[in-house]
Amino acid sequence: MEELMKTLKGQIVEQLNLQQIQPEDIGDDQPLFVEGLGLDSIDALEMIVLLQQKYGIKLANPADGPTVFKTVRSMAEYITAHKVN
Amino acid sequence: MARTNYITRYSHINGKAIYVDGASVFERTSSGTDFLVEAYKGLGINYPKFYKMDNLCKLAILTVEVMLKDRKLNEEYKPSDIAVIASCANSSLDTDLRYQASTADAASPSLFVYTLPNVMIGEICIRHGIKGENTCFVSSEFDAVFQTDYVNGLLANDNAEICLSGWADYLGGEMNAFFMLVEKNPTSLGEHNTETVKQLYDRQWKN
Repeated sequence: MEELMKTLKGQIVEQLNLQQIQPEDIGDDQPLFVEGLGLDSIDALEMIVLLQQKYGIKLANPADGPTVFKTVRSMAEYITAHKVN
Repeated sequence: MARTNYITRYSHINGKAIYVDGASVFERTSSGTDFLVEAYKGLGINYPKFYKMDNLCKLAILTVEVMLKDRKLNEEYKPSDIAVIASCANSSLDTDLRYQASTADAASPSLFVYTLPNVMIGEICIRHGIKGENTCFVSSEFDAVFQTDYVNGLLANDNAEICLSGWADYLGGEMNAFFMLVEKNPTSLGEHNTETVKQLYDRQWKN
């Protein structure tokens, strides 16, 4: 889980073009949207693409987005549970 | 009698340097880096959203940013009285091509939102709190006659009290941009007429 979260942070910075942020600056449990990293609705769509591209996971229910993308840890947990091998 | 308007400040970006009122404020230091990002950092601008923008928006935002340094237009004027008129030749083609390439894998939402040229005006308005008239024209080259008449018409009809008028064009690393601040108050930079606008636009090629 720790390794996956570390990888995810790098992928988030790259996918969302967050050049002002270092991956290690993102906390495991830091909110990604609004008061946390300040990501917006377009970023949310990019996160869905990231899941699809890097992990082969399609978010079946968009309503799950806020829960899945709440933090790096919640993303890692979702990936671990749904990753296509 | 037609009202006379005045150019109170102008800026250029030509891919090698950035100029305000004809004076260089930033020059490219290396050929291998992204000039617009290099300029953003070099000028000490703090607007993280810049990194997410496409090249056309980065170019337009930077050109306006240096021009409006030390000005707070939305405090000097009602936001709805500030107009932005922009034009370009290649529209959003630079990003259109990138977006098309992304569709081979997974279409990029963040590229898709920049596949219209008038988004550069939206980014300028968001950055500077502007809510007035705005229009984006596409023409093969900068049309000083048309754009000058259009802006003077906006001001003459009181559709706006001040106007950011300019040109920003980007395709495949080639770029040029020119913006002017057009106001009703006289200044030493000159009247906003076709002859002056042509002269100022042409300056970027002489630098």
